[in-house]
Amino acid sequence: MLLIPCPNCGPRDETEFHYGGQAHVPYPENPSELTDTEWSRYLFYRENPKGIFAERWVHSTGCRQWFNMLRDTVSYDIKAIYPMGTPRPDSAGAPAAESGTASLAADSTTTGTDAPNIPGTSISHATAPEGATK
Amino acid sequence: MAETAASPTSAKTNAEKNLAARVSPARQLAEEFAAGSLAGTVEISEVPFLTMVGLRTLAGSAAAERLAGVTGGLPAGSGAVAGSGDVSVLWLGPAEFLVVAPTEAHESLGGDLIPALRDALGSDAGQVVDLSANRTTFELTGPRARAVLEKGCSLDLHPRVFKAGTAFSTEIANIPAILWKTGDESFRIFPRASFAEFLGRWLLDAMREYASPEVP
Repeated sequence: MLLIPCPNCGPRDETEFHYGGQAHVPYPENPSELTDTEWSRYLFYRENPKGIFAERWVHSTGCRQWFNMLRDTVSYDIKAIYPMGTPRPDSAGAPAAESGTASLAADSTTTGTDAPNIPGTSISHATAPEGATK
Repeated sequence: MAETAASPTSAKTNAEKNLAARVSPARQLAEEFAAGSLAGTVEISEVPFLTMVGLRTLAGSAAAERLAGVTGGLPAGSGAVAGSGDVSVLWLGPAEFLVVAPTEAHESLGGDLIPALRDALGSDAGQVVDLSANRTTFELTGPRARAVLEKGCSLDLHPRVFKAGTAFSTEIANIPAILWKTGDESFRIFPRASFAEFLGRWLLDAMREYASPEVP
């Protein structure tokens, strides 16, 4: 189970939270002008990166507030917590991030060539077993 | 003359009638609570019909200050409990609070807490909502109370972390509830009314090993 550090309440079990999907998906400026394809792209198409992913969470049985989280989908490491409405931080700010992960997160993190590097970096080796056994 | 003389008594009987007609959410467990408690070890009881008011107000706003004047302060952050006298305010979120007061504070029994809060909010942005029927209150006391709760609550309940006079909205036995540590060995648990029977039976089950006669 993840131990999620709620910005208001501190670390709590994952079961107290609900997932809100990918963060930073803007509502279209003029939805009525979109084609069906574009509208379906907005509604249904989300990134599925192997690596750092920006996603929304709500502390539903606690303070009931939404927040954004950068999470590594491979190691389940939580890299950053930041408020709704703020831009995605580059994970250079994450204290645990070594050069390999940091440079990766500065990219879009969706390119296929970058993704296989993640398990190979020393950081995920050090943290993955811990996150997996929690 | 006769009418004015009769009105105070009729108001009182109305209040009594209101109270007599109410059935608390865990009333059916009262006997089992008494049987499942062991004085000096762990005891459970329902404290029915506490007056609860949901407050929503932006901290620091003028309305928040007026509301704080009525309740005796608003808590500042997670876990904090403010208030004065028998009115307590629990922190539920950055702009959400729960006022807990005795039964008599309710409007239907002649109390003036809720109208006072409503007046304090005025027409400003925010909410004052009577939530007295939303939750019921369990009181779990005794040296083993923490051990009982630890079976179903993932918060760190050790006294060095969870101090008396703090309250958290969390999960107990996988259901959402508010846990308020009112004393060193006493907890108040606020489950929603529809979860009251489940949580009451769950707590009784968790208490059984401590409240049973010792097996030699």
